[in-house]
Amino acid sequence: MDTSGNAAILEIKDVTKYFGTVAALKSMQLSVMPGRVHTILGENGAGKSTLMKILAGVYQPTSGSILMDGKPYAPANPQDAARAGLTIVFQELSLCNNMTVAENILATREPSTIGFINDKALTRKAASIVADLKLPVAVTEKVGDLSIAQRQLVEIAKGLSVDAKVVILDEPTSSLSDNEAEILFEIISQLKARGVAVIYISHRMEEIMRLSDDITVVRDGSYITTRDKNETTIDELIALMVGRDMDAIYPARDVPAPAMSAKPVLGVDGLSRDGEFENITFDVRPGEILGFFGLIGSGRSEVMNALFGMKRTSSGSISIDGKQVTISSPVDAIDRGIGFVTENRKEEGLVLSHNVEANISMVALKDYSGAFGFLKRRRERLAAEAEVKRLAIKTGSLQTIVGSLSGGNQQKIVLAKWLLTRPKILILDEPTRGVDVGAKFEIYKIIRQLAAEGTAILLVSSELPEIISMSDRVVVMSEGRATATASGDQMKPEKIMSFATGFVS
Amino acid sequence: MSETTAANAAFIRVFKQYGGIFLSLVALCVIFSFMNGRFMSVANFLNVLQQVAVIAIAAFGMTWVILLGEIDLSIGSIIAVAGMVAAQCFAVGLGFAPTFVITLLSGAMLGLANGVLTAKFRLPSFIVTVATMGIYRGLVSLPTNGAPAMITEPTWTAIGTQSFIGVPIVIWFVAVLFLFNHILLSKTRFGRRAYLTGGNREAALYSGIKVDRLKIAIFMISGVMAAISGVLLSSRLFSAQTNAGMSYELDAIAAAVLGGTSLAGGVGTMIGTMIGALIIGVLNNGMNMMSVPYFYQLIVKGAVILVAVWLDVRSKQAKQ
Repeated sequence: MDTSGNAAILEIKDVTKYFGTVAALKSMQLSVMPGRVHTILGENGAGKSTLMKILAGVYQPTSGSILMDGKPYAPANPQDAARAGLTIVFQELSLCNNMTVAENILATREPSTIGFINDKALTRKAASIVADLKLPVAVTEKVGDLSIAQRQLVEIAKGLSVDAKVVILDEPTSSLSDNEAEILFEIISQLKARGVAVIYISHRMEEIMRLSDDITVVRDGSYITTRDKNETTIDELIALMVGRDMDAIYPARDVPAPAMSAKPVLGVDGLSRDGEFENITFDVRPGEILGFFGLIGSGRSEVMNALFGMKRTSSGSISIDGKQVTISSPVDAIDRGIGFVTENRKEEGLVLSHNVEANISMVALKDYSGAFGFLKRRRERLAAEAEVKRLAIKTGSLQTIVGSLSGGNQQKIVLAKWLLTRPKILILDEPTRGVDVGAKFEIYKIIRQLAAEGTAILLVSSELPEIISMSDRVVVMSEGRATATASGDQMKPEKIMSFATGFVS
Repeated sequence: MSETTAANAAFIRVFKQYGGIFLSLVALCVIFSFMNGRFMSVANFLNVLQQVAVIAIAAFGMTWVILLGEIDLSIGSIIAVAGMVAAQCFAVGLGFAPTFVITLLSGAMLGLANGVLTAKFRLPSFIVTVATMGIYRGLVSLPTNGAPAMITEPTWTAIGTQSFIGVPIVIWFVAVLFLFNHILLSKTRFGRRAYLTGGNREAALYSGIKVDRLKIAIFMISGVMAAISGVLLSSRLFSAQTNAGMSYELDAIAAAVLGGTSLAGGVGTMIGTMIGALIIGVLNNGMNMMSVPYFYQLIVKGAVILVAVWLDVRSKQAKQ
């Protein structure tokens, strides 16, 4: 840890945060120096965002203390944090698209006389901020007319337009091209020169090694270590980041994986969609679990949506059982035996205001209706009952409203509705996100059982241990490309993480 | 024993769902019968049903649309178009049956236009139907330059004036269409898909429901129901009027919402809408019998809707 004479501007001591009974942060430590870039490194779900939200005043810690400039710092809301001199630039864009760049940058701080906004002063002030930062945007343009990358830069300009002592940048380069990233790096060095402390969050190892002064690794909500950039290597950092034991939470395969010589049920060749993914090629056999790993924004979910007919592809082909097929809507995909447990179960998976039975029979409804579309309610109820039993869904009755169930049980209902269609190929996108450990294990068992019955499974996840323990092979994606298909010896956390960060040792 | 408990459970469920508005309806009837002895009679009850028929049938269509999370403000205008289409058919010498079919088809086509603009052009249904409300209303005046058109065809006028087995034909229409919509909504795949899509459009799409087609079909149902309302209204008036059905869409929305249909979509029943329409009918009828001035009637109706919906929202919040 750097302690070269000057005192830390931000000091986090033993901060713990519980959500219900789940610990998101356990005794977290962090010491940030003025005029230095401090990177927080960790897998998705390691606790980075919780920590940042505590600093920004969005959450309050359960215990522990934070000092800013030697004084206790306990922001009750984001306004408090801003007043204390902390600025946070979030990954998600929070700009008003139908207003100009100038109006956005100076939002709530518009120069005005007795409530009337002085448009000229507004434009002038915003223009000088943009010029200082050397941003390639005109302040009179509407934000909605800018590219995503330009919007991200405006977001950063907005964050930096207040004098801050500490600036948090949460994955600022995820939507920037190299040129725009250079502009950002230039801004960061200006901030350092002014003595501002920068907390930086990113998954791109090379960028981290280039920008950071100090690097803190977090894992499973706990503080692991802090290293000086000059005293560590990328390999060491990756090992620190993923180093955990994967014990009994993953049930082992009891049926051997299908031989690579078996005929694939699904073949994807050179699938591309402009701006999202490029030249994706893979195949999967009946009974095989093919993992898809990549960091957020790597294009995994986009590929799955394209396979399911929710997004159009610009080139490439899909074949099922050796025959080339066109899938242009979910109806096509379902007819061809594909099921899709999406990433966001509340938005795309469930009708939360409806009951368990109606949600389970949702996709296979045709099997439970007869002449003139009359529903066969008895058969429907029996089928739903059978699924509830098979997947051990804990619900009061079939009439219980799905929105009132726990995350794990909701996820099982999404699984159940696809299982009723008996899919040949089942896509599982982050099937255990937001699910407690017990339900996780049960979901893994279901996945194993489906594979044993011959279902081909595409398992998308950003949890490395999950991917490695459950999959037979892993397609690793980075920035819209499949960088590797790992199997056998390559199924190691370090190896897969290095493919995913685009850094191949 | 277990059968009685099952029956009890079913009764409790029905009561929980409709108890509130059903009691409101009963309370209104009791109040009005105290104030006017003639209110509580079979004759007056049939009278209420007859008066409420046009609104109730339009409200069945509106229930489908609201259930889907959309709105159809053009039904008042479609009611007028239907009357004028019928008058023009008779003017060129067509008989009852072809006229009836063409009138219903005109409603279907106008609904189709609403549906296609909403589903395929991705315009908000509120905007689409505000626009078509004006366009359809304008179309009514085209054949006659704004003058009313007489309808003297005897079968047509019998609908609004005659009875069948002692019950006015208009009420038979309400009964048959209520059953049709109720069964379609609660017993078929089509109805289930409407509920699911209204509850969560994205999830419905990912589950292989052809959401756009469903939406268009439902706007067509709404158009046909409005056209049937137009048939009843024109048969009662012996004519097609250019301002027929003006602002009926608001009464239809009120009936659906009073009956528990959620404007957010996914929740609602035809039984609820029927009771909602009856509440509006009883209010109108009762206040007319008491010779309450028209402007007071507007105020009371508005207040009753606010209170009923507020009670409904409150009971739903309490459940959560």
